[in-house]
Amino acid sequence: MNKSLYIALIPLLPLAGFILLGLFGRKYFKKSAGLIGTVLLLTSTILALYTAYDYFFVYGKVDGVYQKFVPFQITWLEFSKGLSIDIGLLIDPISVMMLVVVTFVSLMVHIYSLGYLKGEERFPIYYSFLGLFTFAMLGLVLSSNIFQIYIFWELVGVSSFLLIGYYYDKPSAVAACKKAFIVTRFADLGFLIGILILSNSAGTLDFNTLITTLTSPESNAIKTATASTFLGASALTWGAALVFIGGAGKSAMFPLHIWLPDAMEGPTPVSALIHAATMVVAGVYLVARLFPVFSLTTPGVLEIVGWVGAVSAIIAAIIACTQTDIKRVLAYSTMSQIGYMMFALGVSHYGGEAGLGYTASMFHLFTHAMFKALLFLGAGAVIHYIHSNDMKDMGGLRKFLPITHITFLIACLAIAGVPPFAGFFSKEEILLAAYQNNMVIYWIALITTGLTAFYMFRLYFNIFWNKEAPASAKASAGKEGGFVMMMPLVLLAIGAAAAGFIPFGEFVSTDGKALESHFHLQFSIAPVALGLAGIFTAMWLYKKQNNKPEKLAATLGGLYKAAYHKFYIDEIYLFITKKVLFNLIGKPAAWFDRNVVDGLVNFSGTATQFVSEKIKKVQSGKVQQYAIYFLAGVIVLAAVFIYIWK
Amino acid sequence: MEPGLYHILFISAALFFIGVYGFLTRRNLITMLMSIELILNSVNLNFIAFNKYVWPDKMDGLFFTLFIIAIAAAEAAVAIAIIINLYRSHKSIDVENAEDLKY
Repeated sequence: MNKSLYIALIPLLPLAGFILLGLFGRKYFKKSAGLIGTVLLLTSTILALYTAYDYFFVYGKVDGVYQKFVPFQITWLEFSKGLSIDIGLLIDPISVMMLVVVTFVSLMVHIYSLGYLKGEERFPIYYSFLGLFTFAMLGLVLSSNIFQIYIFWELVGVSSFLLIGYYYDKPSAVAACKKAFIVTRFADLGFLIGILILSNSAGTLDFNTLITTLTSPESNAIKTATASTFLGASALTWGAALVFIGGAGKSAMFPLHIWLPDAMEGPTPVSALIHAATMVVAGVYLVARLFPVFSLTTPGVLEIVGWVGAVSAIIAAIIACTQTDIKRVLAYSTMSQIGYMMFALGVSHYGGEAGLGYTASMFHLFTHAMFKALLFLGAGAVIHYIHSNDMKDMGGLRKFLPITHITFLIACLAIAGVPPFAGFFSKEEILLAAYQNNMVIYWIALITTGLTAFYMFRLYFNIFWNKEAPASAKASAGKEGGFVMMMPLVLLAIGAAAAGFIPFGEFVSTDGKALESHFHLQFSIAPVALGLAGIFTAMWLYKKQNNKPEKLAATLGGLYKAAYHKFYIDEIYLFITKKVLFNLIGKPAAWFDRNVVDGLVNFSGTATQFVSEKIKKVQSGKVQQYAIYFLAGVIVLAAVFIYIWK
Repeated sequence: MEPGLYHILFISAALFFIGVYGFLTRRNLITMLMSIELILNSVNLNFIAFNKYVWPDKMDGLFFTLFIIAIAAAEAAVAIAIIINLYRSHKSIDVENAEDLKY
């Protein structure tokens, strides 16, 4: 399989860009940094597309089943036979699909940033960080070893931290990047422990072997792992649950989602790339990667995955209806959509028709990457034009930003699930999977569909219709952002409009066999009707400036206020950390450190000082005194030798 | 009466303690040096006596004595050099005045 070695180039080219621009960017590539990064990524994208073509249509399918290939693997650190940290490439349908998504969206963002961040002081640094992120993300999706995925997992965390804190002179951005890093790091602790438990049970870190060992019910590994229990659950259940906590942290699932809205402090293209299309779906990808284990061995954990996804989806959708910062609306929308992907995995089973949820989840990941990146880049174009994030400063922009307007509308229709845009197809499959397996989650998802349509069109109407355009907008009319910013919008809009027609079940399914996707027309009626209802409600409330939204908010009263304040989850976190953790654990620990640990060190110092102060008089400088001590010592020794040790 | 081992040991011990007494009580460094010579010579006397009375057929004690005499000569030279230097810097060879090296 060495002819597939070029796949290794896909992540390595962005890494080369990172090293080149990071080391020499400030000096030599001040102007050309963007171009270098973009060209390298363009090469990666072409290679990724070729890989996808090669895999899906040429060699991937053997006897109608897509195989897993490991074209390249080296042992990096061997603990014992079979248990080693390897660096390798794993080629299977979802990793190839992710390759295409990551390189494509990253390329769009690279091109877009050429215009968005033009003239920035730290332009080369920005591109080097983008390169680092792309490298880490591609490495993550290609990982053949669970520890390798953990390494890249942390690397995407670091590059996300660096890019959120890109405007490091803004205190809010600094706070946001720290928050993002700490919250995800906290979740990664769970991931690491989960890895240790799973690899301990399976005796390997390699994905393929791990999955095979942990899914065959006769194997000894399973028997021992299920036999040892802790707090009423088996070791395997704990391992899978902890791995999911890592995924939930990265994917901003409730209640670990608090970092995502704040992460919007980064530059908007970064939000599009990292916090909408790629990094935040890493958690979904991780669950999908280990899906056989979740599904066959620990179905209880998979149920938790489903519920966490569903709860996140609806909570985020409700909060998104009340926010006024357009990027925050999109952030909550992202969280809600990732919730969809999560519960789609949660309601899925392994193999055949029952694996619809898995396919649907991956499908939604794919389409969501398209339209959410488009929404963020569109919002970036608006922010670039208006110089504000708040929708109160916007309105009536459709005449000034025609291309952004049309593409944004396409993306809104796609996310609202209006046929025939991409979101419709993936969302239908998710709803169908939920309908077949869990009615409560189905109803939650259905309500969320309506809410999604509502808040997206609230956003749309508030930006492009509503009141008259502000004076500043009129002054800069005609400066929509140039070719480099519009081209990605158009390309992504094509994706958002057409991606739904890809017969996704053919390529991605739980067991690699093609999955026929059925369309039940009568089934689609409810979600589409709800979506349209959401759209028309938004239109009625926000198309013209009026006082209806205020009245509605007043009627809803407490609920509106709670949603506006994001259900006080941040406040709860602050209460727990500041009031409970700091007072009950932090302060006693600080006291212990200051008094006991430091006290011991200080005591040894003062004791030495005290004793030496007392006995220093012995060294008097008088020779004869020394002679007396010497004589006395000799006499004592002589006495000892004569009388005691005869 | 033929002098026996004990007689010589008695003289040697007396010589030793006279030396120690002199070393501890005299303030003049030259006198202290002389006291040390007394101590060394008491040791020499011991070696000779034991050699003669206990192992008359061996000569180890004699050799040790010769060694000690040689070392005592060297030591005296070094000590006198120190004393001269001390006299140059302190204008005195009184041991009471030479106690700069203390805590």
